[in-house]
Amino acid sequence: MRQVYLDHQSATPLLPEAFEAMRPYFTEYYGNASSLHQHGLRVRDALKKARQQMAALIHAESEDEIFFTSDGTESANLAIKGVAYANERKGKHLVISATEHPSVVNSVEFLEKQGWTCTRVPVDREGRVDLKGLEAAITPQTVLVALHHVNHDIGTIQPVVEAGKICAKAGVPLYVDCEASAGWLPIDVREFGAALVSFSPHRFYGPKGVGVLYRNKRARIVSILHGGVQEGGRRAGTENIPAIVGAGVAAEVAARELPQWRAHTAVLQKRLWDGLSRDIPFIKLNGPIPGPDRVSTNINISTEFIEGEGQLLLCDLNGIAVASGSSCVSKSLKISHVLSAIGLDHALAQGNLILTLGKDNTEADMDYVVETFVRIVDKLRGMSPMWEEFERGVIDSVIAPRGFGKSFSEHAAAVSGKAAH
Amino acid sequence: MSDTYTLYNPTVMDHFMNPRNMGDLRDADGVGEVGAAACGDIMKISLKIRDGKIEDARFKTFGCGSAIASSSMATELIKGRTIEEAMTFSNQEVVNALGGLPPVKIHCSVLAEEALKAALEDYVKRHPELAERAAAAEPVSA
Repeated sequence: MRQVYLDHQSATPLLPEAFEAMRPYFTEYYGNASSLHQHGLRVRDALKKARQQMAALIHAESEDEIFFTSDGTESANLAIKGVAYANERKGKHLVISATEHPSVVNSVEFLEKQGWTCTRVPVDREGRVDLKGLEAAITPQTVLVALHHVNHDIGTIQPVVEAGKICAKAGVPLYVDCEASAGWLPIDVREFGAALVSFSPHRFYGPKGVGVLYRNKRARIVSILHGGVQEGGRRAGTENIPAIVGAGVAAEVAARELPQWRAHTAVLQKRLWDGLSRDIPFIKLNGPIPGPDRVSTNINISTEFIEGEGQLLLCDLNGIAVASGSSCVSKSLKISHVLSAIGLDHALAQGNLILTLGKDNTEADMDYVVETFVRIVDKLRGMSPMWEEFERGVIDSVIAPRGFGKSFSEHAAAVSGKAAH
Repeated sequence: MSDTYTLYNPTVMDHFMNPRNMGDLRDADGVGEVGAAACGDIMKISLKIRDGKIEDARFKTFGCGSAIASSSMATELIKGRTIEEAMTFSNQEVVNALGGLPPVKIHCSVLAEEALKAALEDYVKRHPELAERAAAAEPVSA
């Protein structure tokens, strides 16, 4: 069976050259970067090189602006809590968009329980943040604005340069979460006007277990992990040297290959969506159409009258690895907050699937996915009472309304006794 | 294949991939359709009843793998039971027969129980003479 990995947003295979570079740091160069002898000094050198490779990828002025953390979640926690705590006397207000990653949203919620307040700026139906709303949300008490570069769920590219200008004018630092864009879109921290930027090398063929936080020297930040004075005192804890070395190599390769990776995935993205929309009725693309407003690696779809987990399971059984934002997939039984924020009908959010492309996917892979997905949709629709009720005219389609029948949500509310969240 | 990992146990996967009794019944004697407010899943069970016994059962489900497997298993279990027996049907039977469900998916089996009860209620409604007997059996089902 053909194997098609379409979950590059979750993890990517490690580049062989990154793996090779990492190898000696497990067994031969095992020193701790804080040690003052040969073993320590050697890995300190490797650490410096990796910092330079990261700085180059995002056009940072100096490698001293790069902190290594354990992953993207820790970087987001450090950016938000670190800036909030450092500026507590100035004010206790934060501004984020409505579609940030859970590591941002939940860091903010943690602070809200301690007396901070936060304004969540709405996004439009394609997930683009309302810049006027963002500007209006900033108060004299605002100490940080957080906005992602690319949405992790629906691939929307945010107007970060414009947001940066607004923040600069207001004198508030901007934190840009680049987890879903690093390695796939050019990042220039100076052009963004970003005080902080985070990203994870495992999204562009580096290893897991290492995250990056860029911090402009002018942005005040305090440590949230306490211990030794690693990472300029901003992040205590022994550095994960093998992962950092591998991440550095991955960043160097990504900086070089980015235009090719991007062009390749853009072709696949178009082929995939063209095929799906051509062969499957009542299917919707969430987020902007493939083009300048959407990252080339993401396809987020809602297939009407069927649920997402069943689609995911049948894809997996056919060798296709995908993700879903359906409530059935989430441990909290809630649909993706991003899909809620763009105002997607609950029934469509239930039928959600997220496909994220990588450099090794091929056009033949895309054709296989379309072909297979047609069969999966047929099978699940054949089992769905909603499809049958749609065919009988009891309910209407959200995607292509015929103008008669109840809405799916009305029907669902009627049979469950109350509205789904 | 020993190197294939699955989200659910083999019984659940089997009922998801090869659902039993999927579809509708022509001239069903009772039809129940229920939805889970928690997650948004919807399940429909149709029954054919003769001489106080469930002769046949069919399901249709809008929901995840465990919801489809739960409704498939529920229809298997209730075939041949009397109305009184079916009135005491519990979701735990589905969970047991499936060899267990992840804690977060137990509500799928509850939905199957509710769909069956709704179909029985529909049948009883169509046969008012049975209402009294059914009402007597109902408290046991909780």
